[in-house]
Amino acid sequence: MSNHDEKQLDANGSSRRKFLRNTGIAAGGVVVGGTLGGLLGMNDKNEPAESASTSKAVTHTENHNQALMFFTPEQFHITDAATERIFPKDNNGPGAKELLIGYYIDHQLAGGWGTGTTEYTSGPFFPGEPTQGYQGRLNRQQIFKIGLKGIQDYSQKTYQKSFPELTAEEQDAVLTEFADGNVSLSGPTSSHFFSELRAATLEGAYSDPLYGGNAGMAGWEMKNFPGHQMSYLDIIEEEFTEIKPLALNSQHNH
Amino acid sequence: MATKLPKTDAVIIGVGWAGGIIASELTKAGLKVVGIERGGDRKTEDYFMMHDELRYAQRHGMMQDLSKETVTFRNNEKMRALPMRRYGSFLLGDGVGGAGVHWNGQNFRFLPYDFEIRSKTIEKYGEGKIPKDMTIQDWGITYDEIEPYYDTYEKMAGISGEDNPLGGHRSNPFPTPPMKKTVNMKLFEEAAKKLGLNPYVQPSANLSEDYTNPDGISRVACQYCGFCERFGCEYGAKADPIVTVLPVAKETGNFELRPNSYVTRILHDGSGKATGVLYTDLNTGEEFEQPADIIVLTSYVFNNVRLLLLSELGKVYNPGDGTGAIGKNYAYQIRKGAATGFFDDKKFNMFAGAGGLGILLDDYNGDNFDHTDLDFIHGGMIIHQQTGQRPIGNNPVPSGTPSWGQEFKDASLKYTNATLKVSGEGASMSYKHHYLDLDPTYKDSFGDPLIRLTYDFEEQDRKLAKYLAGRCEEILIEMGADHVDTMQELEPYDVAVYQSTHNTGGVIMGADPETSAVNNYSQMWDVENLFVVGASSFPQNAGYNPTGTVGALSYRAAEGIVEYLKNSGGQLVNAKKETQNV
Repeated sequence: MSNHDEKQLDANGSSRRKFLRNTGIAAGGVVVGGTLGGLLGMNDKNEPAESASTSKAVTHTENHNQALMFFTPEQFHITDAATERIFPKDNNGPGAKELLIGYYIDHQLAGGWGTGTTEYTSGPFFPGEPTQGYQGRLNRQQIFKIGLKGIQDYSQKTYQKSFPELTAEEQDAVLTEFADGNVSLSGPTSSHFFSELRAATLEGAYSDPLYGGNAGMAGWEMKNFPGHQMSYLDIIEEEFTEIKPLALNSQHNH
Repeated sequence: MATKLPKTDAVIIGVGWAGGIIASELTKAGLKVVGIERGGDRKTEDYFMMHDELRYAQRHGMMQDLSKETVTFRNNEKMRALPMRRYGSFLLGDGVGGAGVHWNGQNFRFLPYDFEIRSKTIEKYGEGKIPKDMTIQDWGITYDEIEPYYDTYEKMAGISGEDNPLGGHRSNPFPTPPMKKTVNMKLFEEAAKKLGLNPYVQPSANLSEDYTNPDGISRVACQYCGFCERFGCEYGAKADPIVTVLPVAKETGNFELRPNSYVTRILHDGSGKATGVLYTDLNTGEEFEQPADIIVLTSYVFNNVRLLLLSELGKVYNPGDGTGAIGKNYAYQIRKGAATGFFDDKKFNMFAGAGGLGILLDDYNGDNFDHTDLDFIHGGMIIHQQTGQRPIGNNPVPSGTPSWGQEFKDASLKYTNATLKVSGEGASMSYKHHYLDLDPTYKDSFGDPLIRLTYDFEEQDRKLAKYLAGRCEEILIEMGADHVDTMQELEPYDVAVYQSTHNTGGVIMGADPETSAVNNYSQMWDVENLFVVGASSFPQNAGYNPTGTVGALSYRAAEGIVEYLKNSGGQLVNAKKETQNV
C-alpha cells in the first residue's frame, strides 16, 4: 500500500468517525442500523463519495478486507483507538490505525482463536494460582466484548465521553488503569483483557499482511524484518544488512 | 467391539524421532512393523507456506490440539492441579515426525558425568552433597557404552559441528563441518576466550553442507532462513524423521504407517507380556486391536507415562515412600539463568539464523568446574544462539521500559537486531516429589484421565540459575553490551511461560528394577516385550537439549529388540541392586 493509499484510508476513516460523533450515534454505543450504511460513504463536505467505478484512486485503494466479521462498529472504534495508543504513529512510522490492526483483531476474533477451539475448555473451573496459567471460563470473543465495554463505560463515567473521543493523554490514563488491573470487570480481570489486547496489537503489527494487519508490510519495514525470504546464505556472515521485506504471497503467486 | 487385525512383528506407538529410528532399523532387519500415529501424515512440500510466525509460532499450527488432550499442573501436592488450557511452558508435537519436525535442531551429546552423576558426585564430594529428597540416579549405562549409538545417530542425521574441548571422547569426527560463524557469534567467541573459557560452535542438525547419509538419503544444506523452531523445514535441511529414517523404513516394504490413529491401551495377558494395542481410527471412530510380538512405546514423555498407567503396566510410583517407578523422577530444564545485552551503536542480522546456529561453552556444565564451595551440583551449558528473531515474539526492551505505548514502540524498534542474549541451559535434578500420575478430575476426549504434573523449582535450581546468569553477564559485558539485564532470582515454575520442550523422566532407565522402569535397552523390567523409548527414560536431565540422546537411545533400543527376538525372549540386561535416596 502506498502513502497515497494510506491518506485515502485516513480521510475515509476520519469522515466516518466525524459523522458518528456529530450525530451522537457512536457515543452512547447505540448504532441504528439501516440508516447508517448509506451515510458512511459521505466525505467531510457531506457530499457523496466518488463511486469506485469513477475514481482511479478508490479503485486502487479498495481493500475488501476492511470490513467487520466480529465487532460491532462501536467495538471496532474503541479497539482502533486503544491499539493506536498501544502502538502509536511516531517518527519510526505508522501506528495501529494505519497498519489496520483493528481489522486484524476483528478477523482473528471471528475465528478459532476467538472461540479457543484448540484450547482445553472443559470444566470444572477454579481460579488457580498465578503459575497455572489462564483458568477462566471465557473465550477471547467474550473477553474482548466485556473488556471493550469496560473501556467505554469507564470513559463515560470518568470523562463523560466515549473512549475514541478522549485526548491521547486521557486514553493513556484509561488504558493504564486497565493494564494495572484497577478496573473491575464482570468476568475477566482488566489486566488480563489488556494483556490480550496488547499481544493482539503486536501480532497485528508484525504478522504477514495476509491476515489483514501490517498494512503494506510497514510494520516489518520499521522493524527491519524482511518477512518471507528463502535464503540468508549471502548475508549470514556479514554485518547488519537491511533487506526489503517480502510477504508470503510472493511465494504463493508464482 | 474392536476389530482384531492380523498380528505383526512389532507395533510402534507414536512416529516421531524414536519411533522413526526404530521403524527404520527393524524393517531393515526384515521385521514387519506397523507405526501408529495419532496425528496426520505430512511431507516436505507441505512446508512452502511455513514462514508464517502467526500461524505456526503464535497459534502453534504443528502442535497437539489441547481441546482434545492436555496435562494438568500443580507446583506441589498441596495445590489443586488444573489443566494447562493454553500453550505456555512447553509445546507438544503432533503428527508424523512428531516434535522432530518442529524442533530447532540443537543437537548434543550428554557429558560422561551425566550418565553416572550419582556415583561420581558421591565419589568426589561425599554423600552429603546430594540433598535428602534429591533422587538422582546413574543411568545403568556409561558414556563409553552409549558413544557408538550417538555416532550412528549423528551419521544418520548429518550433524554439523566441531569438537567440544570439554566433552566426552568421540570415536569419529562430526559427519559435516560446523555451521557458519556470524558477527555476533565471533563476538561471543572472542569474549569467552579473553575470559579463559572454551567456546565452540554449536552442534546442529540443520546441515552445514549437502550430505548423503549411510542409508543413502541425500539432503541439501541449510539456508539460514530463520524459521526452524515451531516450523517444518521446506528444504529438508533440518534433520527430521520425514526426510531421514521414515523413507528408509518405507523403502523396505516392511513398514505400514497408520496416521490419525490413537492408541488408548496397551493390551497384556497374565504372563507378564504385552499382546498388542487397542486404537481408534480418529476419522471413523472405529476401534481396532493390533496384536504384535513387540510393542514399542515412543510417544512423548507425558503419553509414555500416561499410556502405561492407563494400561496398568509396571509399578506405579508412590511419592510417599519412593517405591514404584512409573511416573517417577520427572525433570525439566533450568533455562532462566540468563542475561540480555543491549547495544546502542551496533546492529546484527538477528532476523536471520538457524535453529541450531549458535556458539557455547561447557566450562560451567556437569562437573567441569569444582563444586566444593558451591551449594548446588551440576550446571549447564552457556550459549549464544541465532535462531532467527521473528518480530511478534521478539520485542526486546531494557528493564524499566514501559510495555506499551510510544516509549515501548521506540525502544523495541531500536533494540530489535541490537539485542544479544547469552543464556544458561541448566541441568534439572530429579526430586522425590516431582512426578507424573493420573489426574483425579480432568479427562481427555476419550474420557480417560489426563496426566498430572507435580513440579516446581528447588533451592538447587535457584542457586544454579543465579550462578549461570552471573557467568552470562560477565560474557556480555566482555562482548561490549551497553546495558545488560541479568536474571536476579528464579521465580516459581510457571506453566504459562515458554521455557523449553525438554520434559524428561517418568519411565526411567537404570540398573536396578526396584528403582527404574526400563533397562539400558529401554526394555521394561516388568514387561519384557515392551520397549519404552524417549526422554521419558532420563533419570534426570542434563545441561543440554535432549534430542541427540533420545536418538542414541533409540538406536540402542532397536539393536536390543532385534537381539531379543533372536534370543527368543528374556531380559537383555541382568538386574543389579543399587542404593539410593528414597
